[in-house]
Amino acid sequence: METLYLIFIDPFVQMVVEPAFLVEVLIGGLTSGVMYSLVALGFVLIFKASGIFNFAQGIFVLFAALNFVGLMDLGVHPILAFVITIGIMTALAFVVDRLVLRPLVNQDPIILFMATIGIAFFLEGFGETLWGGDVRPVRVGIPDEALFWEAGFGEILVQSADLFAGVIAAFLVTTLALFFHFTPVGRALRAVADDHQAALSVGIPLNNIWVIVWAVAGFVALAAGIMWGAKLGVQFALSTIALKALPVLILGGFTSIPGAIIGGLIVGAGEKVFENYWGVPLLEGATEDWFAYIVAMIFLFFRPQGLFGEKIIERV
Amino acid sequence: MNETVGNVLEVNNVEVIYDHVILVLKGVSLHVPKGGIVTLLGANGAGKTTTLKAVSNLLRAERGEVTKGSILYQGEQIDALTPTDLVRKGVIQVMEGRHCFEHLTVEENLLTGAYTRHARRSELNDDLDAVYGYFPALKSRRKSLAGYISGGEQQMCAIGRALMSRPQMILLDEPSMGLAPQLVEQIFEIVKRINEEENCSILLAEQNTNMALKYAHYGYILENGRIVMDGEAADLRENEDVKEFYLGISSTGRRSYRDIKFYRRRKRWV
Repeated sequence: METLYLIFIDPFVQMVVEPAFLVEVLIGGLTSGVMYSLVALGFVLIFKASGIFNFAQGIFVLFAALNFVGLMDLGVHPILAFVITIGIMTALAFVVDRLVLRPLVNQDPIILFMATIGIAFFLEGFGETLWGGDVRPVRVGIPDEALFWEAGFGEILVQSADLFAGVIAAFLVTTLALFFHFTPVGRALRAVADDHQAALSVGIPLNNIWVIVWAVAGFVALAAGIMWGAKLGVQFALSTIALKALPVLILGGFTSIPGAIIGGLIVGAGEKVFENYWGVPLLEGATEDWFAYIVAMIFLFFRPQGLFGEKIIERV
Repeated sequence: MNETVGNVLEVNNVEVIYDHVILVLKGVSLHVPKGGIVTLLGANGAGKTTTLKAVSNLLRAERGEVTKGSILYQGEQIDALTPTDLVRKGVIQVMEGRHCFEHLTVEENLLTGAYTRHARRSELNDDLDAVYGYFPALKSRRKSLAGYISGGEQQMCAIGRALMSRPQMILLDEPSMGLAPQLVEQIFEIVKRINEEENCSILLAEQNTNMALKYAHYGYILENGRIVMDGEAADLRENEDVKEFYLGISSTGRRSYRDIKFYRRRKRWV
């Protein structure tokens, strides 16, 4: 009886009684969700355009952040470091295309997947060789202070860094959406995602497109890396956190950019709410680590293409 | 048929092997004169599509390879060029089964055709208008996703997309596939107009022999990866063998299966 009460009634009572706390939890969840979204976005971009599940995307996040922080520690101005890191990620995309993707063109997806695992291990080691294995804090001048916001039902505490991350992510996502819909290259990227053969037949050079996609994924990884880094410091654990993108992808659908965003928000908000209202009272906490995976598993049972997976076009 | 002058495309004795083992074309030769419509006829699996893909070089993406012979476009060897280079030079293929980008709108589909050109927006708008001039049906559907339009409209969309690259030679693979006879006629009429107004040469692979011979100037018949017959379209239409085997008309009326005849295969060395 006691347990049932704790599961079905008490959490909701608390939500109503203390709405300010609920809002705080949601904001915290959504902002970390945005970060999951950014990592997931990198996966989706590459998967859509080339049908490759890029296992190295998590390492991309780490590698980009490491380069960025490393350069800054050498005394490079943040903006310059940002630009140089974009250059490094683009060069990486180029190298991956030449050394890994081209020789393996026309092979089974599983072989390409294995190749990306190789890339992941290589980059992890290479990053450590270059910049060492210490945890490095990111100081890009993102203000990190507690803001109090007076809402009608109470006072809400928000971290300014979280808000900043949200704004950046929203900006990034909007830019990408505009890029995909209104530029010739974006259109070509979507065309390639739809039908490789047909794209080839109208003269879209697939290899260039792949380089572009990997470079864009690298750019997204950099953005995600900086934000994670600002929150947790740049450390090798980042690449495991990036694995949280997997349940996000399953939830949102592997082929949908909006899916990656919304999936990330749902997972982020969901795990925080679950942790605070159900996890702590019932299970002594630490539910955040596995909540997303359970949700993903349930989704796999009932809706394997995800919430926003490729619209299956059926002509009547 | 040996004069080189005036031919946009010359395929000489081409052999194609898939996956290093499967021999699909066994020495195919054909010529497309400038501004002509040449049709390539034959049953399923005869090698029509493979011939077109050998020209447009889409073969390589399917593990096919031209192992013998040569392909000349405007006198220049093109075997080693990528599909992108070829589109830039004015050779574009409209693939069998339409292959529109389903999640793009009709207009976006058309615009992808101009990807290799890096043209200004105003120029593209003029070209879009030209395409809508040929295919008025597309104009009203320009904002629809290509996956949701009808088969005929998709075929129009695919041809229109190719037109956006300002081609000089279109390789058209079975535009009649899965379409109602009336629509097929309509599409062939437009193809003929494109041929005349844009001065665009066309190599047309078709199973619909009747329709193809009506619009083409010259025809080749492929069987098992070999060309077994060729001639002016008008002559082919009158040819007894073609009539019987490809047009389903026989001069003697109904015939018994007992005296079914096999047609005279001419040996060809070219």
